[in-house]
Amino acid sequence: MHPAFRLPLVVFMILVCTFVLRLVTFWRGDIGDSVPSAVALVNRNVPSFALPALPGRGRCLRSENLKGQVSLVNVFGSWCVACLAEHSFLMALKESKTIPIHGINWRDTAANGAAWLRHYGDPYDRVGTDADSRVAMDFGVTGAPETFVIDANGVIRFKHTGPLTSQIWQEKIIFLIERLQHRE
Amino acid sequence: MTVELGHFALILALLVAVVQAIVPLLGAQQGNTAWMALARPAAVMQCVLVTVAFAMLMRAYIVSDFSVHTVALHSHTAKPLLYRITGLWGNHEGSMVLWVMILSLFGTALSIAGCNLPLHLLVRTLSIQAMITSCFLLFILFVSNPFWRLDPPVMEGRGLNPLLQDPGLAFHPPLLYLGYVGFSIAFSFAIAALIEGWVDSAWARWVRPWTLAAWVCLTLGIALGSWWAYYELGWGGWWFWDPVENAALIPWLAGTALLHSILVVEKRDALKKWTILLAIMTFSLSLLGTFLVRSGILTSVHTFAADPTRGAFILVLLVITVGGSLVLFTLRAPILQSGTLFKIASREGSILLNNALLSVMMATVLLGTLYPLLADVLGLGKLSVGAPFFHRTVVPLAIPLLIIMAIGPLLAWKQGNLGKGRRNMLLRRLWPAAVIAIITAILMAIKRESFSTIVGISLAMWLGFATLLESAERMLLFRVPIRVSLRRAVHLPRAAYGMTLSHFGLAVLVAGLVGATAWETEKSLILQPEESTNLAGYTFTLAEIQSVTGPNYRATRGKIVVRRHDDQDDQSVAILYPEQRYYTDPPQLTTEAAIHSTGMADVYVAMSEHDIYDKLGVVIRLYYKPLVPWLWYGTGLMALGGVMSLSDRRSS
Repeated sequence: MHPAFRLPLVVFMILVCTFVLRLVTFWRGDIGDSVPSAVALVNRNVPSFALPALPGRGRCLRSENLKGQVSLVNVFGSWCVACLAEHSFLMALKESKTIPIHGINWRDTAANGAAWLRHYGDPYDRVGTDADSRVAMDFGVTGAPETFVIDANGVIRFKHTGPLTSQIWQEKIIFLIERLQHRE
Repeated sequence: MTVELGHFALILALLVAVVQAIVPLLGAQQGNTAWMALARPAAVMQCVLVTVAFAMLMRAYIVSDFSVHTVALHSHTAKPLLYRITGLWGNHEGSMVLWVMILSLFGTALSIAGCNLPLHLLVRTLSIQAMITSCFLLFILFVSNPFWRLDPPVMEGRGLNPLLQDPGLAFHPPLLYLGYVGFSIAFSFAIAALIEGWVDSAWARWVRPWTLAAWVCLTLGIALGSWWAYYELGWGGWWFWDPVENAALIPWLAGTALLHSILVVEKRDALKKWTILLAIMTFSLSLLGTFLVRSGILTSVHTFAADPTRGAFILVLLVITVGGSLVLFTLRAPILQSGTLFKIASREGSILLNNALLSVMMATVLLGTLYPLLADVLGLGKLSVGAPFFHRTVVPLAIPLLIIMAIGPLLAWKQGNLGKGRRNMLLRRLWPAAVIAIITAILMAIKRESFSTIVGISLAMWLGFATLLESAERMLLFRVPIRVSLRRAVHLPRAAYGMTLSHFGLAVLVAGLVGATAWETEKSLILQPEESTNLAGYTFTLAEIQSVTGPNYRATRGKIVVRRHDDQDDQSVAILYPEQRYYTDPPQLTTEAAIHSTGMADVYVAMSEHDIYDKLGVVIRLYYKPLVPWLWYGTGLMALGGVMSLSDRRSS
């Protein structure tokens, strides 16, 4: 038998082994580790990370920055229409000085992200740029915009997917933030 | 009661399929004609039973029978009839029933059309088909049964994901499945050939139409999915290199290679082992595609069924079918006698190169799709492989492929080395295409287009014109009186036209891909009523914002008047109505883009509501997308070419 004819079978067996390993992790319930999901991440510490700043904006974003006071982390991108929809709400929120807002500029070039903020206004305290989704994946981000409420100990307390509106803010977030800030 | 009838029919279908899988095959091994004769009626019987089951399930969806678990989970009385019907395959269980129904329809079609086949080959092929059907029926009945009752029934269903309530997506899965499942026929033929230990040009002639039909369906299915993503997801992307899209692209690449290599078996009695392996791989990759989507092993935006039990079940099925067939291949392939060795400067040589490039492309896309999974399992960290990887790997492979595609059809079968005469012939026939491609490249370089755009468009020109020239050459156009040319044109085999159309379609598609990537312009801004903005020579005015109520949603609709920027007489080019819809069951927000197509470019408008500060206004995202319509024309031409070739009497 010519060894070349065995090659497809060997490749296939390697694939099968991978699938089996993956399925076993599924069954052990470790799926939260391999694909962080929304539910799994709430009430956990923020993943440790350090993201570079946007050009022309001095302050980078690191996980240590999220400790010490209650804050919001908002995932946005210059390509994202819905981000524009929530943008003026974020601007208003910044004006109100209720809570510091940090941004993760996701799947975007740093230049585009910076230009977007210059053009529409900059609601953020710190912004990190995450072009290759490394940190966004750890946060379990599935789409932009997405907003996380982080407490003073750096624990994720709430996650909202989709544009923030005043209605959602009133109904779901404001009380949580007041409670967390009070505890602080 | 009808639901139980459907369930029962499905169980009976399983029993029939098991009999069909075993008895005729044994009959063929032992030369027992009575046992062999069972195959054809069994195939028809099995198809009737599965169709009954499918019809009963469809009835439950149409009358909104919420005592059925899957109907209650995925349907709703307020949904329009069309989406109640298509809701059947908008979920995992129902889509598997559709899968099996298409599989059994193909089996029946084969048993009817296959009367000119040697009985032993037909019988073995039908038995292999029945093995696949049995596996899938087992899967449906044990881990994804759509007929389970819900006790007590609910008053109202949960509804279908609004993103899926769309004509484009309604028919995307059936077409995709026709493609996936259609390749099962080539697979079964390949296994039967391995069992019997022979492959010849007759075998290739029988397999080719089935492969071609499957290829056409898969092409259209992929295009429809891409079109859906383009207008429904609201930002005008048409290909995301998402695992689920790749899962359809990989078998498409393998199937395209298979179509060409079968030709070599047919004409030259060569490349047999490779063709058998390709037939096995194409269907295996289709199964893998189903597996990846259904098991949640790779998560993606399209995933609507992530269940490890199912994953394990499909994995076992995969090991049995793919593993089994590859073991058979390892053992039996060396027996297959291949014909002559052949030279590179011949039609078969160019097809061999085409196969090599397509296979490497397929392997690359497969690797890119599975790499995050491999890396995670091997502890190399979590990562995602995105568009940049695929662009950097697939594009360099596509360049030689496009160059060869223009030359290959001009070469004769069984030709030897490239002598001086042949070189001159090639030069004489190809220089106009080369000149046009070079002039295009120079003009674009003057306009300071990027290097990749220049290469892409020039290659599209090269392939497009070379294909047309090849066709003109066959008609001896401009060399003999036009009357003679026309007569030649009428008598050309349809398969030749099929190839011309498909290859030309690919040239159009490539131009579309490159142009749409390079020349898109976009703009997003907040508009209030009566405000205007400009983009790409058009003026967009938001005339008004309307509130609309649909059957199961309410929507904010913008009325946007599009005018030519330099047009003084105030004539509108188009009035566009982008919408943002709020579906109630289940609650979800969708963006309905509005598109005005000029045939050369699309004007694309998406809108989302802007409710801050109580000012009336909307966020508008405008795109000017040159050559995007060519993507659909190109794939349409490719599929049309396939149909044309299929209609050639000599190929069936």
